[in-house]
Amino acid sequence: MARLLMKGNEAIAEAALRAGAKGYFCYPITPQSEVAEYLARRMPEVGGVFLQGESEVAVSNMLFGAASTGKRVFTTSSSPGISLMQEAISYIAGAQLPVVFVNIMRAGPGLGGILPAQSDYFQATKGGGHGDYRVLVLAPSTIQEGADLMMLAFHLADKYRNPVMMIGDGMIGQMMEPVEFPEEYKEPPLPPKDWAATGAKGREALVIKSLFLDPFLLEKNSWVLQEKYEQMKREEVRFELYKVNPQNEILIVAYGTTARICQTAIDELEQEGVSVGLLRPITLFPFPEKQINKEAKKKNIKVVLTIEMSTAQMMEDVEKAVLGAKPVKFFGRTGGIVPSPDEVKEAALKLIKDKTRSARGTKRN
Amino acid sequence: MTDSQASIFTRPEALRDVVTHYCPGCTHGVIHRLVAEVLDELGIRERTLGVAPVGCSVFIYNYINCDFLEAAHGRAPAFATGFKRLRPDMIVFTYQGDGDLASIGMAEIVHAANRGEKFTTIFVNNAVYGMTGGQMAPTTMPNQVTTTCPLGRDVTDVGYPIRMAELLATSRTPGYIERVAVHSPRHIIQAKRAIRKAFTYQKEDRCFSLVEVLSTCPTNWGKTPAEAAQWLNDEMIPYYPLGCFKEPNNEGEG
Amino acid sequence: MPGIIIDKNHCKGCELCVRACPQQIISMSKEITVRGYFYAQVHDPSRCIGCRICAITCPDVAIEVHTHGTVFSLFDY
Repeated sequence: MARLLMKGNEAIAEAALRAGAKGYFCYPITPQSEVAEYLARRMPEVGGVFLQGESEVAVSNMLFGAASTGKRVFTTSSSPGISLMQEAISYIAGAQLPVVFVNIMRAGPGLGGILPAQSDYFQATKGGGHGDYRVLVLAPSTIQEGADLMMLAFHLADKYRNPVMMIGDGMIGQMMEPVEFPEEYKEPPLPPKDWAATGAKGREALVIKSLFLDPFLLEKNSWVLQEKYEQMKREEVRFELYKVNPQNEILIVAYGTTARICQTAIDELEQEGVSVGLLRPITLFPFPEKQINKEAKKKNIKVVLTIEMSTAQMMEDVEKAVLGAKPVKFFGRTGGIVPSPDEVKEAALKLIKDKTRSARGTKRN
Repeated sequence: MTDSQASIFTRPEALRDVVTHYCPGCTHGVIHRLVAEVLDELGIRERTLGVAPVGCSVFIYNYINCDFLEAAHGRAPAFATGFKRLRPDMIVFTYQGDGDLASIGMAEIVHAANRGEKFTTIFVNNAVYGMTGGQMAPTTMPNQVTTTCPLGRDVTDVGYPIRMAELLATSRTPGYIERVAVHSPRHIIQAKRAIRKAFTYQKEDRCFSLVEVLSTCPTNWGKTPAEAAQWLNDEMIPYYPLGCFKEPNNEGEG
Repeated sequence: MPGIIIDKNHCKGCELCVRACPQQIISMSKEITVRGYFYAQVHDPSRCIGCRICAITCPDVAIEVHTHGTVFSLFDY
């Protein structure tokens, strides 16, 4: 398969089709409308269903209906639209249906802006909808990874019968990079979808629902869901290490395109004799807590620095992972501003300098 | 009872033999039975999917014996759209009340009808929110007393009741829309004809179909079932005229 | 001879059948069912014409109608 130069939005769309997605229900919103435009043309070519509905509220609920058929279905949207979808995500999680959501994040809150941000971390990982449920969250940092994770998302959604969300900041949607798709998409086997509504022929009629008025049954359902999330924590944690070695003085934790900016900063710091490592979470839920804890506790690490395009959302999970072993600091830009490698470098150096000053024997109270 | 005894009216196969949770005299029971009879008569039960609403009839899936989805409030037409588009070979119907269809779900039904989604909607209009205890609905009559308009619906404050059949019929997209009532045997017989026609259009893959069924809610109207039937006849029918508002014509234009 | 069977277990005492029967042969019992409803019963079965109007009206599908011999179909149902 040739390497194609593709826009992120289009690569994500094509990846979904390669994974066998047969239904796409969408509503336009900047900066991801190109996904809809691409699929309006491509979906009929692969015999799938494309429908632009009247709102994100409507299309997210269409996904419940569509997923009930047992076919692979998905949608893409951006932050304000994802807010509108929270009701449906809660229902989909409660009814244990597989649906893939993609959030091409823009700055918020409210109408916000159209430029990239990472301010939907809480919304994605802690759940914007009501009830005891979680969403498996994937975060690519390149277009190729976006395509790969998109295909994985469908597999995981089916495996766990749970909504899976891939979040990319606006750059992942808008950039163009080379992408390669596999000739044939191979995945591990999955159990048959005997829960799907196919008509009560030759079997008892079934109901796909999330209502359990009996509190004992509802509690049981919530723990059934919880067991899935525990399994995700055991089996699905994914992350990447960059220049992590025993000499690191700082551990940076960053995801998405922010991580790439940090990589540039780390390379430049290395030239200047400062050793910094990066742990890039790929799954934001389940979060790589154990690995962050392990790296943070290394002897030479003075501080853990979270870099995000937000006002410090992932930082709370990093703090929770580090469990007080080392100080956790934050640097970020938001509102749609993307930090530059220089800013990241400066933030890192400032922390080292402060630490060095106090280590030179200043009296501490 | 001799051997040549013939049964000329029994419970339809598609209606489970259980006692329902509906109030005495609630016409949901009649409408459920009509739908079940039509599913039996058209032979479509085994490939039917129902979408249950939020409302008194959320438990329709305990009574009608076919596959069901339980929708979020108002979203049944969206659920039906998503399902039917991926399984056009199945018969899909939604069953919704005033709040579900005419209030929170207004956008979903208007757009599904306008897109001409080929499912059938049974809209139960009883001028009140039943399950939540009798609050005002978009279909509550002027001066009708409900728990959230205890002095009666003031049309100068909240406007007149919405006539859904007429509203949806203004769409240029072909569809079948009829309003019926189930408060008397004569009307129930006509209602069944409309429901059968709606499902038949879907079986023929023709168009969107909606049957608005004027119904009673004795409990929340504060009346006996017989008084409620009379009130429906005297007050609701003049405002919500019965009849067919839209038919798909043969040329495929609305 | 047509006749109806009313299932006490399903009857919720709504009295709509009493009102609907053109022969006025249904009335409410003075006893209550285990659910606490006065149930409907036929007080003059010989005058039943098998029109099915009671069964059509009943919201709880509590009535079955049977007959033998000629059945007059008074309406399409």
